[in-house]
Amino acid sequence: MKILTGNDLKTGDVTWWTGSDWSRHVEDAVDVGENFEAILHQEEASRRVNVPYAIEAEMTDDGPRPAHIKDRVRALGPTVRPDLTLKPADPEAGNWVI
Amino acid sequence: MGDISMYQYDKYDQQMVDTRVAEFRDQVERRLAGELTEDQFKPLRLMNGLYLQLHAYMLRVAIPYGTLNSKQMRMLGHIARKYDRDYGHFTTRQNIQYNWIKLEDAPDILANLASVEMHAIQTSGNCIRNISSDQYAGAAADEIADPRPWAEILRQWSSFHPEFSYLPRKFKIAVIASDEDRAAMRLHDIGIQLVHKDGELGAKFFVGGGMGRTPMIAPEIRDFVPADELISYAEACLRVYNRYGRRDNKYKARIKILVHELGKEEYTRQVEEEFAHMKTLGLNPPVEELARITEYFADPAFDKDASDDLDLSDPDFNLWVDQNTVAHKQPGYAIATISLKPKSGIPGDASSAQIDLMADLAEQYSFDEMRVTHSQNIVLPHVKKSDLYALWQKLDEAGLAPANLDLITDSIACPGLDYCSLANARSIPLAQKISERFADLGRQRELGELKLKISGCINACGHHHAGHIGILGVDRKGTENYQLLLGGSAAEDTSLAKITGPGFDEDGVIDAIETVTDLYLKERQEDERFIDTYRRVGMAAFKEAIYG
Repeated sequence: MKILTGNDLKTGDVTWWTGSDWSRHVEDAVDVGENFEAILHQEEASRRVNVPYAIEAEMTDDGPRPAHIKDRVRALGPTVRPDLTLKPADPEAGNWVI
Repeated sequence: MGDISMYQYDKYDQQMVDTRVAEFRDQVERRLAGELTEDQFKPLRLMNGLYLQLHAYMLRVAIPYGTLNSKQMRMLGHIARKYDRDYGHFTTRQNIQYNWIKLEDAPDILANLASVEMHAIQTSGNCIRNISSDQYAGAAADEIADPRPWAEILRQWSSFHPEFSYLPRKFKIAVIASDEDRAAMRLHDIGIQLVHKDGELGAKFFVGGGMGRTPMIAPEIRDFVPADELISYAEACLRVYNRYGRRDNKYKARIKILVHELGKEEYTRQVEEEFAHMKTLGLNPPVEELARITEYFADPAFDKDASDDLDLSDPDFNLWVDQNTVAHKQPGYAIATISLKPKSGIPGDASSAQIDLMADLAEQYSFDEMRVTHSQNIVLPHVKKSDLYALWQKLDEAGLAPANLDLITDSIACPGLDYCSLANARSIPLAQKISERFADLGRQRELGELKLKISGCINACGHHHAGHIGILGVDRKGTENYQLLLGGSAAEDTSLAKITGPGFDEDGVIDAIETVTDLYLKERQEDERFIDTYRRVGMAAFKEAIYG
């Protein structure tokens, strides 16, 4: 599957395309298939997201999991600071990245 | 002029920085309003040190030649607390980075920095970056002159220099003034070593060094440039590079490639020709200006009666003094290094509370001065020996007293894949695991000086080429893999490390490091450091131990 990601223009937060909006949680990302160029152009122009792009992912029981480790680090947060990730209460969250 | 032994902005410096803040505030407003696209805005934000990294915007703040006063340090703590996530990351270029900056806050942050004579200008882009220097400058017992006035003159010359704002690639300059190189001088685009010749102060020039994907050691191109012609000679070096540096290929655009391809002799010939021309133009800084700047760096008011006596009866304090302090030029004083490398810690990270504390301690014990080192530690350059115990106790309470300077756990690590969009592998977890594997201080001291440097990609921000032991993280079919390198040095015996062989996973490379250090202990003779034994024994024996 392909999902869209970028950074929030104002805050720089990593965000994921939900089909109608942008979410900080990769679990909310939807498969955009191959027809994503129009979404990228429209969303960049609307300034809801900065430099969005498409990445490969696989659907799992926990939702979309980006194919590349770099995008998984983006999705969770720094593995060396669990307190700064999106799942600070889950000590095992870093395993999802690796 | 104030009481602090460091440069202070004049009205021109302040106006330049304030004007830039106002300009950037307008640019941010236009970006947020949609009047600028990201393609238009990106070069503008990068000129102000604002990157877009893995998790957010990242702001890199310049710390000129690593020198800070307590007011500036407190501002860095304030920014960490108010605008970031309560910490900052001191870098291998003596700067600080914040990892969680909001675009809308960036102008206010720059205004805060300007209020304490700081900025983020030229911390990105193909320009002359922050000038780096010896962290012991102005305090070292072995320096022949203070390199800071020259670093400051170079800073002023290179700031907004119209001719050098769009170089083929970024450009880094280091200035030192002792035979012992603590600033990785020969791994810079230009390395300048102040020297005396026949009683006159001048400089040796080394040009074309660097790390990255094509590491090179800068060759010496001039053994003496009179000090008052130093800027003109640097300008001649830059002019030749600016004219002929490769703009067609980013990976061949650094000056090291030009010097290598032209050859040292031909590059030098062209520089000398340019220099001869420049001398006719009268571009050397006015003598009065050199004197004005130098005056700022006068020694602080040392206590001439300060005693060298030190009560070392506390064994932990004794270890810290032995490992983390070095000789000061002034009797009764020492240079103390605050290690930002605790067990399981993140090299170079400091919380805002720790940043505030370091500022307080500098004010109380070090004539209000601090230095950031390229090894990602903080130096208090002028501590009276009689104050060392009280200082150490306060550092120890705050977790800032690891007695590991230059030991295996004092590792350099780039932010790696945990933060950096260029990285291929994580660096910090390796530094943490190594600090745990080698946690025993007795074992570390048994190993002695051992510079371990970790980069998460070939750009080499973690200086792996210059590590006695280096680690390079790579992407191997989507998983992190680590190459082990041996034999590098960033010191006066500069050398480039060589890859041992096939890479390892995270645990595998740490096991390999232990194998390497075990072999060193077995093979070392007398007082040999790790690097000495490696050079004597050679790579083959280490490869055999690692791979069988």
